Amino acid sequence: MANVTNKRPLSPHLQVYRFIPTMAMSIVHRITGGALYFGTVLVAAWLVAAASGEHAFNQVNWFFGSIVGQLILFGYTWAMLHHLLGGLRHIMWDLGYGFEKEFSAKLAKANLVASIALTVLVWIVVLIVR
Amino acid sequence: MDMRTPLGKVRGLGSAKSGTEHFWKVRTTSIALVPLLLFYVGFLIMYAGKPYAEVVSALSNPFIATINALTIIASIVHMKLGMEEIIQDYIHTEGTKFALLILNSFFSLLAGGLCLFAALKIAFAG
Repeated sequence: MANVTNKRPLSPHLQVYRFIPTMAMSIVHRITGGALYFGTVLVAAWLVAAASGEHAFNQVNWFFGSIVGQLILFGYTWAMLHHLLGGLRHIMWDLGYGFEKEFSAKLAKANLVASIALTVLVWIVVLIVR
Repeated sequence: MDMRTPLGKVRGLGSAKSGTEHFWKVRTTSIALVPLLLFYVGFLIMYAGKPYAEVVSALSNPFIATINALTIIASIVHMKLGMEEIIQDYIHTEGTKFALLILNSFFSLLAGGLCLFAALKIAFAG
C-alpha cells in the first residue's frame, strides 16, 4: 500500500516554474516572516531586561552593541522592513489591484530595493542620533 | 447536485468550521502593524543605546506604554497565524504537524507573555 501511494503524481512545485521577481519576493516574504518570528526573542530579551533592572539591561545592551549584536539587529531591521513592504503589496492584491505582469514584477523588484535603502537609511539616522 | 445544507451555506464556514477568520485576522493585524511598527522603529531609533533610566522612563509614558503593548499583541497574533500557515503548508505528517502547531502556540504565548508582562511592569512599577 505504501508503494502505491508513493507513486502517485505530485502537484507541480517550485522546481517546475521559471524564477521570476514576484516568486522570489514571495519566498523572501515567507523567510523574513519566519526570521521575524524567532526575532521576537530579541524583543522579549530587551523588554524583560529593561523590566528586571539596570544590571540586566546593561548586559543585554552590551550584546546588542557588540558587532554580532549589531549585525543581527541590522538583519532584523531589513527583515522587518522587507516584510512590511511585502505586506503592503499583499493588501493591494487583496483589494484587487496590481496584478498586471509588468507592474507586479517591477513592484517586486522595488520591494527589495526599497527595503535595503530604508534599512540603510534607518541605520544612518541611528548613527547620527547617537 | 449540491450536498450542502441551507444552514451550512448561510454560515459559510466551510469544512474547517472557521471560514475566513484566519485570513481576516492576518490582514487586520497586518494593517494595525504598519503604523505601530513605524512608531516602534522611530522609538528605537531615538532610544537605542541610551542609558537605563532614560529608556525605562520613556517606556513608562502612558502613550508609549500603550503603543508598546498594542504592538506586542498585534505582532504575536500575526506571527502565530503566519507560522501556522507555514507549518500547514510544509508539514504533511499528521503527528509532526500537530506537535509543531502546539509548539507554535506555546512559543507565541510565552514570547507574548514575557513581552507584555515586562511592558506592563515597566509602565506601572518603572
